[in-house]
Amino acid sequence: MTTHPHAAAISVPSPARSATPLSTRPEIRTHTEVPDVPDPVIECEDLSVYYGDFKAVTDVSLAFGHNEITALIGPSGCGKSTLLRCLNRMNDLVDSARVEGSVRYWGQDMYAPDADAIEVRRRIGMVYQKPNPFPKSIYDNIAYGPRVTGMKVDSMDDHVEQALRDAALWDEVKDKLKQNAYGLSGGQQQRLCIARTIAVSPDVILMDEPCSALDPVATLRIEELMLQLRADYTIVIVTHNMQQAARVADRTAFFTAGVNEITGDRTGVLVEYDKTSRIFGNPANSRTEDYISGRFG
Amino acid sequence: MTSTVAAARKGASRTLTSTGGVRSMWGKLRSLGFLVFLWISLLVALITLVVLILDTIRTGATRLDTRLFTEYPSSRPAEAGARPAIIGSAWVIGATAALAIPLGVAAAVHLEEFANRHSKVNRYVEVLVQNLAAIPSIIYGMLALSTLALMGVSNKNIVIGGALALALLILPVIIISTREALRAVPREMRQGSLALGATDVQTVWRTTLPAAIPGIATGTILALSRALGEAAPLLLLGGLVFISFDPNGLLSGFTTMPIQIFGWTGNPQAEFHELAAAASIVLLVILLAMNGLAIAIRNRYQRRW
Ligand SMILES: Nc1ncnc2c1ncn2[C@@H]1O[C@H](COP(=O)(O)OP(=O)(O)O)[C@@H](O)[C@H]1O
Ligand SMILES: [Mg+2]
Repeated sequence: MTTHPHAAAISVPSPARSATPLSTRPEIRTHTEVPDVPDPVIECEDLSVYYGDFKAVTDVSLAFGHNEITALIGPSGCGKSTLLRCLNRMNDLVDSARVEGSVRYWGQDMYAPDADAIEVRRRIGMVYQKPNPFPKSIYDNIAYGPRVTGMKVDSMDDHVEQALRDAALWDEVKDKLKQNAYGLSGGQQQRLCIARTIAVSPDVILMDEPCSALDPVATLRIEELMLQLRADYTIVIVTHNMQQAARVADRTAFFTAGVNEITGDRTGVLVEYDKTSRIFGNPANSRTEDYISGRFG
Repeated sequence: MTSTVAAARKGASRTLTSTGGVRSMWGKLRSLGFLVFLWISLLVALITLVVLILDTIRTGATRLDTRLFTEYPSSRPAEAGARPAIIGSAWVIGATAALAIPLGVAAAVHLEEFANRHSKVNRYVEVLVQNLAAIPSIIYGMLALSTLALMGVSNKNIVIGGALALALLILPVIIISTREALRAVPREMRQGSLALGATDVQTVWRTTLPAAIPGIATGTILALSRALGEAAPLLLLGGLVFISFDPNGLLSGFTTMPIQIFGWTGNPQAEFHELAAAASIVLLVILLAMNGLAIAIRNRYQRRW
């Protein structure tokens, strides 16, 4: 397994809040290969999300580039998870949730009347904050997706092996495929969840704070994995950890919550979306600057 | 500064103890009294139970032999046994399980996983199911009786008739415990399945239900053990106490252990009372084993996630 050049950054404790803005600024990876305009796999246009009468996110227009890692950052409650769940229609499961505007996947409207949420989720997978393996064997966890989606695979054993290899987990579990996934460590469980998602050959992988329940070493492994997966998948990651966004993301979107003066609702808005190097190096908006330098949020 | 604060605290603590003393003593006495009351209640219940069991064992021990399991009822107590009752109980409980488990689990899955929680009809159904669990068992016997009558069945003392009554009796219990088991499955698990592109139905079959099986098994075994001990609804169906053949099918006539015990107890001869006690011991052991199994399953699979 190769370590990426910025692996060392993780062992450096994050600087204290009181330090000068410049020193708290996360180390930036140079993304020379990132094009100026993303080649969009998923595109949101004027997307607003409501929970009942409460508007959680308003007017987000955002394009997620092909084979890029996009990070969504911002303070708690600004609607990052809500937005992420809209990208594969997992928000349909919340009874009160309602979406306005459009989300397009390769140009097709995901929320069109004839669009099938099941089909959407087969192409756009999701990894959660807390690892959520099934209480089954490691093998069955991986085989679950291909089985339910009726994927044609020549050999399920090979397919499972490949998914585990792609998720950098094979060497650790190859001798205990029949054991319950609950016996794995948290970091291994999270990589298992990534492997499980990869096994249905999605196009896009959404990750909602995938490392927030993990220790730094496990976090580093997931970050390395994301950088490897970028060659084949489009990744969108919500993270609380700005260093993490700076280390892995090609582009970063910064959200914040605006307070409605009449209702007092805190509604998420997109403040700035740009290449990660720009967001962390030379943000256009002063609120972004304040957030990434630790002066607010 | 320190001294004034300390003095104030000292004064305060003194007033606390002096006024609180009486009250707290009263309070202590009252809670002690309540505790004693609880202990006595528990003791009375326990003693009654132990005396009952000991008495049953003492009375029944002499007849707890192989004849009890191999012989048919007879007017001569020395030759009588509970063989058809034991076989009949097995048939009736087997048929009850076959009727009640699929229906109950399916109803619970519908209510918990698919039904719209906010619809009025479903809320009524919920309340109804809760209330059904509290209805006396004899009512279910009447229901089974009239159902069989409507279907034109003249001989109502048949295995399937008894199973119908007992299945209706335990259906609410199975529905409620299955719903609880389903509710205990974390939402993240369902989401994990749905996010892989599984349908609702696939998610229920492959993830939610398997994860809930220990809880469902526990509730179902307890419900079946209740059915096993029931006599009233079966008596209503004309449960016989004098059967000289092995029940061998759903349409076969039958008797069960509680009915047999009931029949023997009503007999004036003391030897029959011994037989009843011996059969009670067998029934008790089976019930204890079933409850033990339920507890074992619950402990074994407690919250694996
Ligand atoms: N299922 C839900 N039902 C109602 N409100 C929700 C739900 N999920 C999130 N919210 C609300 O939407 C807002 C955004 O939440 P979320 O998307 O979780 O933010 P973030 O992930 O940025 O912390 C919050 O005010 C939250 O209370
Ligand atoms: Mg969140």
